[in-house]
Amino acid sequence: MTATRTITFTLNGAPVSADVKPHHNLVELLQTHFGLTGARETCGQGLCGCCTVIVNGRSVSGCLYLASFVDGADVRTVEALDGAGKLSPVQEAFIEASAFQCGYCTPGFILMVTQLLDEHPDPDEEQIKHYLTGNLCRCATYPEVMDAVKLAARKRKAAASA
Amino acid sequence: MATTLNPAAKAGAQVGRSVPRLEGRDKVTGRAEYTHTMRLPGMLHAKLFRSTVPHGRIKSVDTSAAKKLPGVLHVVTVDDVRKVLPHPYYGPAFHDQPILADGKVRFVGEPVAAVISADPHIAEEAVQLITAEYEELPAIYDEVEALDTNIFVHEELKPAGTFADLKHLKGAKGTNLALDYRLRRGDFDKAYAAAAHKFEHEFKTQKVLHLSFEPFACICDYRETGVTFYDSTQGPSFVRTEMARLLGWPENKVRIKVPYLGSGYGSKLYIKLEALALALSMIARKPVKIAYTFEEMFYQITRHPSTFRIKSGVDKDGRIVARKCEVFWNGGAYADIGPRVTQKSGLTAAGPYDIDNVWIDSYALYTNMTPAGALRGFGVPQLVWAYENHTDMMARALNMDPVEFRRKNLAVEGKPHATGQMLKDHPVDKVMDKVLERMEWSKPFDKGGSGHIKRGRGFAIANKAVISPTTSVAIVNVAADGSATLYCGTVDMGQGSDTAMAQMVAEILNIPAEDVRVTPRDTDVTPYDMGTLGSRSLFHMGHAVRRAAEDARDKLKALAKEVGEPEGSNIPIADLFQKRYGMQAGNVIGSGIYKPDYTPPAPGTGQSPNVTPFWMVAGSGAEVEVDIETGHVKITKLVNVVDCGKAINPKSVETQISGAALMHLGFSMFEKMHLDGGQVTNASLADYKIPGFHDLPSVLESHYVEHDQSNGPFGAKGVGEVATFCVGPALANAIDDACGVRLMEMPLNAEAVYRAIRAKQGKPLEEA
Repeated sequence: MTATRTITFTLNGAPVSADVKPHHNLVELLQTHFGLTGARETCGQGLCGCCTVIVNGRSVSGCLYLASFVDGADVRTVEALDGAGKLSPVQEAFIEASAFQCGYCTPGFILMVTQLLDEHPDPDEEQIKHYLTGNLCRCATYPEVMDAVKLAARKRKAAASA
Repeated sequence: MATTLNPAAKAGAQVGRSVPRLEGRDKVTGRAEYTHTMRLPGMLHAKLFRSTVPHGRIKSVDTSAAKKLPGVLHVVTVDDVRKVLPHPYYGPAFHDQPILADGKVRFVGEPVAAVISADPHIAEEAVQLITAEYEELPAIYDEVEALDTNIFVHEELKPAGTFADLKHLKGAKGTNLALDYRLRRGDFDKAYAAAAHKFEHEFKTQKVLHLSFEPFACICDYRETGVTFYDSTQGPSFVRTEMARLLGWPENKVRIKVPYLGSGYGSKLYIKLEALALALSMIARKPVKIAYTFEEMFYQITRHPSTFRIKSGVDKDGRIVARKCEVFWNGGAYADIGPRVTQKSGLTAAGPYDIDNVWIDSYALYTNMTPAGALRGFGVPQLVWAYENHTDMMARALNMDPVEFRRKNLAVEGKPHATGQMLKDHPVDKVMDKVLERMEWSKPFDKGGSGHIKRGRGFAIANKAVISPTTSVAIVNVAADGSATLYCGTVDMGQGSDTAMAQMVAEILNIPAEDVRVTPRDTDVTPYDMGTLGSRSLFHMGHAVRRAAEDARDKLKALAKEVGEPEGSNIPIADLFQKRYGMQAGNVIGSGIYKPDYTPPAPGTGQSPNVTPFWMVAGSGAEVEVDIETGHVKITKLVNVVDCGKAINPKSVETQISGAALMHLGFSMFEKMHLDGGQVTNASLADYKIPGFHDLPSVLESHYVEHDQSNGPFGAKGVGEVATFCVGPALANAIDDACGVRLMEMPLNAEAVYRAIRAKQGKPLEEA
């Protein structure tokens, strides 16, 4: 169809390169080139949050973010969170609070909650809702996610003071 | 791990415990496998060309430009499908749905042609190059009009032959009626004529849809020696049977593998993409994947819109003595499971009330819209919407308290249901009391005074009969080191079934539930199950699993006897195998099968002493604030209470209650699929809103009453749908309580409320 271009970027801490076409989005790049399926395309409009990826420290909608744009960028996905086989406090909290059902939207929630707690270590309910407005869950596991965020904040605090 | 043969018994150590989800780690790390994100080596992608007209004869389909696009491997129409599958029609109740449109299109969005390419973008581009010409036919959209029209969606009805109550429709022409279900109890006409008070209302429900976040997806890998599907389905056994039928093959050459589902809510039942994927893989002779976009879900399956005409006669003491229900189900262009929704829900149309004279007519109708099927409640939410509004309206007209009016008429344990079955394990009174307690119903309620914010509260209660009779089979395999594996076809689509089933195995074998492995669904190894639907699994599969585990335990004991262990020996399981086989070798395999007793309803009257093995009961209470200057409704409190029998996993039960209620809050307050001349005009998440964090009620409570289901496994029964039933009418009743307007149709959005307020003020707004 159209010309292929080689891009290089950092993916979950490792330098990588890939041949992409102008119309490929970030989700497709991660899935087809790197076998990373934690970011998923659901609505295709950047409204549901299932495709959340962290690019240069900011969360983006991977379904609307062209693959070419990550050339030279630092890209982090949900697969980076359990480094060395240890779950992050947010991941632990989601399991303990039963904050998912089908799990399809869960990686997006977990990345967004991680960003929330990086920026606001002790968020109130309004801040939690504000950060998670762009993450939808059709199973409607919202009450449990609210519990999980509070639990994760406590876990991170305990880990920091330990 | 099953350490020893007779560990100290700890009854209830495994069931009744909030075991964290067994698959939790895979889900929070993004590594859980779903069909939509799965890839096979050499796999091709298919994209679909769809009808742009709601009803028409296909004059021509021009695929020439698409075929010329570099990278396109095949462009397929029904003529090509016929070369590999001579009878390309499928469906659970009727064999009415063609794999690709066959001579005619019956709804906007119906697949007409498919393009196959190694690159999904090329397939997509090629689809844009296809053109079709149609001779447009008049179309029918309304379910009531569909019963009496000369527009027919199908030329001839084709029942699948599996259901006895559809046989009389074979070959019927000149009708859109895909099932007419009847129930007759007592003498409605006589009792209604004699009643002191008579009420008659008509309610409607809108077209809404499941919108699973993993859109529909299926990969088919066809070989002459056998075919494998990787499928996002709630019913692998049905898919296997139906694919074998299309191929004319024995079932053992058809394999359905089901990873985790990005949910289903009833959408991923029966045949969706499987038949088309099969045809395409046969044509391409390679694995072919069909994975929908979000928009395409609007053209696959929805919930049934409905019209419910309800009449009740009430005596001078406030007792309901007669009820007539006429329910019209808008099934769309293909029957799917609509006829079963019509019957299995139809039988509960009169509600959880003790009424001597009941008349129910329930009609499944074809129209020229996206087909309709089951959505978390199998039709019951549409029925409850009508009868619980109706109940409130009667109480208000009679100047009776709506709650006391219900209490006077509830069908409690020991009373007969409208089908004639005596109600057992049907704790409507307990559920009602729990809702009222949590709502503090007996305390004074502040209605908001003279400002523009008016406050109100509402209540609703409902029941459902689980679909019957259905069969489940399970296998428990104990390995020579004592570890246990469960093989069951129940699909974990988020409800937590793997964990609950593992808990049942663990309870019998006296081991931690966390140590039980549940195999991913694969029809080559997991035995038959009717389907993960209608809240049936925990009860039916639960029994099968319990029996399989008991069988394994008994076989382990027999093995102990065989190797000379004394009665009551507590030998480690690993030693037992060692003793018998001389090394770590062998297996003990237990199996269990369950099908409940059932008496088919009598034709014409629907009477049966045993129409269902268990009842589900739910109640909701809602408090709202209505801004009478804008129609905006704020939900300040929503309490949902269900009867779940014994809670096998209390946390999972709570999550099912709140999740079901919040999903239904969306259907009640704002979700609606808009159609204009058969065209869906809001097929995207930007235009079709679903509940998010900001839509949560200020206070949301989820409770269950534990009332052991006497014939259930460990006293349990299903709980996946039950909290959907009452949310809509409880909210509508609260809105009426707040500002005196009654909405007869969902959604209860600000525009609908404001229009009703203005109409009541005698200053109606112009229609948009």
